[in-house]
Amino acid sequence: MEHLLIAPVVLPALVAPFIIMVLRHHLDLQRIFSLASAVLLAGITLALASQSADGTVKVYELGDWPAPFGIVLVLDRLSAMMIVLTSLLALPVLLYAIGSGWDTRGSNFHALFQFQLMGIMGAFLTGDAFNLFVFFEVLLIASYGLMIHSGGTRRFQAGVQYVVFNLLGSTLFLFALGTLYAVTGTLNMADLAVKVAQIPAEDTALLRVGAVMLLLVFAIKASLLPLHFWLPSAYANAPMPVAALFAIMTKVGAYSILRIYTLVFGPEVEATAGLTESWLLPAALLTLGAGAIGVLGSRKLGRLAAFGAIASMGTLLIAISLFTETAAAAALYYLVHSTLAAALLFLVADLVIERQGQWILPQLPMPQTGLISALFFAAAIALAGMPPLSGFLGKLLVLDATRGADLAPWIWGVILLGSLITIIGMARAGSLLFWKGHGLPQRAAEEPGYTAAETAPPPALAFVACFGLLAGLVALTVFAGPATRYAEATAAQLYAPAAYIDTVLGRTAE
Amino acid sequence: MELLVASAVGILTAAGIYLILRRRSFPVILGLSLLTYAVNVFLFATGRLVTAAPPILNKYEEVAYTDPLPQALVLTAIVISFGMTAVVVMIALGAYLSSLDDRTAMPAEPEGAGDDA
Repeated sequence: MEHLLIAPVVLPALVAPFIIMVLRHHLDLQRIFSLASAVLLAGITLALASQSADGTVKVYELGDWPAPFGIVLVLDRLSAMMIVLTSLLALPVLLYAIGSGWDTRGSNFHALFQFQLMGIMGAFLTGDAFNLFVFFEVLLIASYGLMIHSGGTRRFQAGVQYVVFNLLGSTLFLFALGTLYAVTGTLNMADLAVKVAQIPAEDTALLRVGAVMLLLVFAIKASLLPLHFWLPSAYANAPMPVAALFAIMTKVGAYSILRIYTLVFGPEVEATAGLTESWLLPAALLTLGAGAIGVLGSRKLGRLAAFGAIASMGTLLIAISLFTETAAAAALYYLVHSTLAAALLFLVADLVIERQGQWILPQLPMPQTGLISALFFAAAIALAGMPPLSGFLGKLLVLDATRGADLAPWIWGVILLGSLITIIGMARAGSLLFWKGHGLPQRAAEEPGYTAAETAPPPALAFVACFGLLAGLVALTVFAGPATRYAEATAAQLYAPAAYIDTVLGRTAE
Repeated sequence: MELLVASAVGILTAAGIYLILRRRSFPVILGLSLLTYAVNVFLFATGRLVTAAPPILNKYEEVAYTDPLPQALVLTAIVISFGMTAVVVMIALGAYLSSLDDRTAMPAEPEGAGDDA
């Protein structure tokens, strides 16, 4: 069973080409195989999570080459949590894409979806910095295809911006890795941690340059201000179910920051001390502010959801940038919550956009408007961080963890004010979309301009997907106790990297 | 040798960044290509510059060798950047053909305009 560790990467990597080459003209079979793969993936990741739940670090050596000479996949609590989250997010998003018929509006949706999952899983599991780059590229190239799925002028234009920005990020990633390799002579993360700690403080100029460039790359992925410009138009113009899956992509950046800057450039490394703290925290505060103001100022529903995602990344990065154990635990709880909440908001936005158009303007009530507005309300309070859903608990944990920080008044002020602005923005959008429409003069059903799509109620499967995500949020609230205990154990493991390093480098055997 | 490689990386990067800041998609893509060339040369140099030495160890005698790992990294980077450039060219062509405009900035829409989403 030791090969189970590579299964989350191999399974989608096999299913995707199978769908392209064998099932190209059979949409029903594509759906069945894609769903089966997603269900199987959820089972595998849960099994892996149960293996690592007791705090053991599992290593898979590709080609049986020992680290640091070969590439390794490493499973610890953090990786396990992230792959479970990915597979549990992928399932409702896939159900929604099938239910709403988005996968029929262009070719190869399911193959690209599987490749995307492969890249994300690989990025969470790998223990090698260059391999992380490769998996970033896998998930990015699949996301380029998904982003322009079903075409359209504005989607292509937004796609060009998205691709160019991310290609720049990839180039910067390579420059950073090259610099790190030139200084340390290794790219294995555990080996990097050992080598970086050995370098005398006066020889670390190049190392610091590499560390800053790497932070910039992850900040681009995590849409940290001022490197967030790619996100709003890319997410708002992507198909909304795809944007819901992309909710995990910004978390890949957050995960990488958490991983690299606790393991390699940890708090005790003299060369990079204070580097992340002094830059990341103010930028994260600005990110939250910009996201909240963006929510208030959005005129389109897609952009509203995208700015909501940016605001939640801001809160998450505030917690990460403190680099203490309690803050990391709060960040991990909030990470799970914000992924599910942002995905839910994107899916609900799609339900509305399909029937009322993308502008936040008063429209005639649509079929099932009560149910859709209730879902929007739930997604809005979840993302804004209001009780009773888990966003409130997550923000409370973050606020509690930041109590002792130097900038605590600033952090509290920005988080609380940002939440308030987000709530106002969401309330404005919701009342415009769902309440103001009741006062408009009714249109006759046969009037031109009414399309079949606008009058048809949403398919049941779409609602199943939305309520599935909502159930996830409710479960996260109800089982907040076990969830925070898991997050605390994960944070403790992150801040005691010796076990990780020893296991990867095979030192325990000696 | 070092001067040549270092100035090549610098000039390629500077030209690439200048081109990326242009407003039309063709120069932007050219700039991206130049940047990837720069990073390939840079990666190659991270294993230290050694001329006329094989990237393999000789177990029979002590001879100079060059670090093989950056060469493997460069190969991976070349393949990936090649594929990515092809993708961005296709998407930029799609954007150009459907809007007959190759500016990378998105034009503003009037509120309530019909959506092509």
